Amino acid sequence: MAESSSLSHAIFGRLTWESIPLHEPILVWTFVVVAFGGIALVGAVTYFRLWGWLWREWLTSVDHKKIGIMYIILGIVMLLRGFSDALMMRLQQAWAFGASEGYLNAHHYDQVFTAHGTIMIFFVAIPLVVGVVNFVMPLQIGARDVAFPFLNSLSLWLTVAGALLVMLSLFVGEFSRAGWLNYVPVANIQNSPDTGPDYYLWALQIAGVGTTLSAINMVTTIIKMRAPGMTMMKMPVFTWTALCSNVLVIAIFPTLTAAFAMLLLDRYIGTNFFTNDGGGSPMMYWNLVWLWGHPEVYVLILPAFGIFSEITSTFCGKRLFGYSSMVYATVVITILSYLVWLHHFFTMGSGASVNSFFGIATMVISIPTGAKIFNWLFTMYRGSIRFELPMMWVVAFMLTFVVGGMTGVMLAVPPADFVLHNSLFLVAHFHNVIIGGVVFGLFAGMYFWFPKAFGFKPDPFWGKVTFWGWVIGYWLAWTPIYVVGLMGTTRRVRHFDDPSLQIWFVLAGIGALVILVGILGFIMQIAVSIRDRKKLRDTTGDPWDARTLEWSTSSPPPFYNFAFTPVVHDIDAWHDMKARGAERPTTGYRPIHMPRNTGAGVILSALAMVFGFAMIWYIWWLAALSFAALVIAAIAHTFNYRRDYYVEADEVARIEAAATGA
Amino acid sequence: MTHGGACLRRLPRIAAVLSLLALGACSRAVFDPAGDIAREQRDIILFSTALMLLIIVPVIVLIVVFAWRYRQGRGGTYDPSFHHSTPLELAIWSAPLLIIIALGALTWSSTHLLDPFRRISVPAKAGAGGDAAPLVIQVVSLDWKWLFIYPAQGVATVNELVLPVDREVRFDITSSNMMNTFYSPTLAGMVYAMPGMESQLHAVLRRTGEFDGYSANYSGAGFSDMHFVLKGVDDAGFARWLAQTKSAGGDLALTNLKTLLQPSERVPITRYAHVDGDVYRRLLERCVDATSRCLSDVMRQDMAPGHLMPPTHESEPANATPGRAAAPDTGTSRPQGPKEAPPAGAPPEQHDGHE
Repeated sequence: MAESSSLSHAIFGRLTWESIPLHEPILVWTFVVVAFGGIALVGAVTYFRLWGWLWREWLTSVDHKKIGIMYIILGIVMLLRGFSDALMMRLQQAWAFGASEGYLNAHHYDQVFTAHGTIMIFFVAIPLVVGVVNFVMPLQIGARDVAFPFLNSLSLWLTVAGALLVMLSLFVGEFSRAGWLNYVPVANIQNSPDTGPDYYLWALQIAGVGTTLSAINMVTTIIKMRAPGMTMMKMPVFTWTALCSNVLVIAIFPTLTAAFAMLLLDRYIGTNFFTNDGGGSPMMYWNLVWLWGHPEVYVLILPAFGIFSEITSTFCGKRLFGYSSMVYATVVITILSYLVWLHHFFTMGSGASVNSFFGIATMVISIPTGAKIFNWLFTMYRGSIRFELPMMWVVAFMLTFVVGGMTGVMLAVPPADFVLHNSLFLVAHFHNVIIGGVVFGLFAGMYFWFPKAFGFKPDPFWGKVTFWGWVIGYWLAWTPIYVVGLMGTTRRVRHFDDPSLQIWFVLAGIGALVILVGILGFIMQIAVSIRDRKKLRDTTGDPWDARTLEWSTSSPPPFYNFAFTPVVHDIDAWHDMKARGAERPTTGYRPIHMPRNTGAGVILSALAMVFGFAMIWYIWWLAALSFAALVIAAIAHTFNYRRDYYVEADEVARIEAAATGA
Repeated sequence: MTHGGACLRRLPRIAAVLSLLALGACSRAVFDPAGDIAREQRDIILFSTALMLLIIVPVIVLIVVFAWRYRQGRGGTYDPSFHHSTPLELAIWSAPLLIIIALGALTWSSTHLLDPFRRISVPAKAGAGGDAAPLVIQVVSLDWKWLFIYPAQGVATVNELVLPVDREVRFDITSSNMMNTFYSPTLAGMVYAMPGMESQLHAVLRRTGEFDGYSANYSGAGFSDMHFVLKGVDDAGFARWLAQTKSAGGDLALTNLKTLLQPSERVPITRYAHVDGDVYRRLLERCVDATSRCLSDVMRQDMAPGHLMPPTHESEPANATPGRAAAPDTGTSRPQGPKEAPPAGAPPEQHDGHE
């Protein structure tokens, strides 16, 4: 018996049958649904003989547009998971009052709120933002792809590998219960000897490498690959925000990676970086993760600001008001975002002068942000506003976001923060800016560029269902949370004693259901739009009468984006071309140099995922094997010299003729 | 249409219900402070909100007005060349700047005035004499309950905090394992309780009564129910409570401390008539277990020249707080807890081959 157990330990590490939660009916049923869905999907792909197509056209693709779309699909799928967690929390908090314990015990509830936050930031917001930047930015600067196309594919698949590990924790073992930043001391090995924090750490380390590589790629692309004539101060505002956002990523992700690496060392080989004893300091972990965490907010919101800028100027039919001040505001926010992380723990005893410094630095950010709001406002002034779907989101964003900005500045006043810190007021604040800012921005952007990506417009009726579901749902779900937060109710609480609070949580739960209508409406909209694609078809390539270069090519763009590299003379280059009556040349094509597809990104990421899984479960032989395979595969890829090719001129002519003729 | 009309007619009633709810909300905890610090913190929230509404309200109005007025084909002048205006840009940047200057000034002064390390001036009560020293209470967050030690009085409680009103209190705060925040919204804002660290909070309660207290920072499975009761009593009531505790409670010594340190949830109020003077220090310095070295010893050895030598076998109450959360001394003498050597029964500290 003892021998067989030590043998199984050598083979499977700490993975045993008990790790599979067969005794949890909710999880078993979720698994059944996921399994049936998965089998149906695999069956359909096999039946329609799509494996080859999937592998050739998508999985191995290095085309920035396809990679962007895959990032967005990942973000939407993970949104469904993260939102399910949100509904579970809302139900528990509306239910568990007084004698009632609700339906989730601490073991589950704590995993649910941890998974919700982790997934929503790392696997919804980041992939959606990276996806939109990936799709739009190279088109907007007149480039044919990003600077490092293979790296782009690797970044995507590493992010997918991280997301898969998080999803796996649902059915094999358990997820972290230490909050979305995996706080110590809860996440220390002494307090959480289970696999939870390891799933968290390995998933985010793998995905984090992807995000960092992607940022290096985007910054290089923007610096080196702009169309001739596009000086920095003629770049579209979205490209500016993408640049600042990705510079931030390069600067902050190493901090997070280092913090996680130290915590992994604590958990695996017994170092004492963040332990309570042995000279460790949990406070240091908090400083490091927030040194990442606060700029991360701007990594997400800056591209959203860029999206709003493009949409506002397009649908108002005007150049953006105050382009240069918009650019300076973006850069100022980028720099200031490094100087405010301590406001996440004013109450840790840093002393009055330190707290004042960080409080005032935080408030100063509201000046450039306020300037941005005014710039959009005065772009609307004397405009001719077309309220199509993207513009509706812009107005909803402006009205929602100013409230979130105000509560943010309230939290930045340290004495106020002493009563509001860790309260539901804080939770309502960051959902206000993340939903009202980032999510609204991403929806606006997805609708705006949808016709560019697919060649037909999204269905307007279901788009309105989505819009009103999200906007009304947001206000209904979060206003009550602001109120209970002001009453002193704190976050991450599973059970309440005071029955008078219950009504607020019931209201918030109803609000979450209204948001669900918005999410289901969005899925419905995608389905209906695909069904009615012939009716919604756009043949012009420029359905919104837009202003930047991505609208100068056909929709969907050919894989090489532009047959001729555009030359830029002014801000809003495409608007400028249209005004001067420029026409697309139809002759004189030249061969185009393009990167070749490769499966290396998928293979390396799959190996990284196996390595992560083996480390989580202490399956050392598999970890060693997969790591060795990872290194060998990476080196082998460097010997792949068949990386690029030329699209011949007559091939280009044929594709262009087909695109214009269609 | 009629349906919509019915909804509109019902609107005032719905609004009335909602405003009643909101009023109810305002009469609670943060907005109904019983302590000076909590009251000033509430005032700052209200004042800063009012200050920001000066700019937020006009902006919201302008968004709605512009969105309505300049929608396509309805009225508003269309001027696509209007995309720059230096005076307007100056106004755009200076309006928020002015608000932030005002708010920044408020922040600087109020952060210093309401610094939890700073002593509070409480007007001396008639007959209170010149005794201005604050009442010291040591607060330890355990998994998952609160231990309050009254060092000068020699008593301790679990999950019950009794304060005499109108008396300045200094809380010395630490934790046995997890990070929590010590928070009673009616008394004062929260302060972190951290293992191996000591933080401080000065506060004064102005009203008798029973109030809620809890941890506001998630600390594991038992966090949700990690509540304590804050009882504000007058001086006579405090004396009565002390006498009661001293006659009815048990003892808290290093020996039964370990039982208390075991994780437990929803622990009922417990009182200790006598508390070993070394309990707090050993919790703070992480040496409840006789085999572990106290932080002050470790630090002293680390600072000594040639600290790789075998350590000395001493464990004295330290004057310096280990770990920094404590502020520079505010000038008042820091009342020392009863200085006691480790209990005679405790085994000598082990130094296993630390050569």
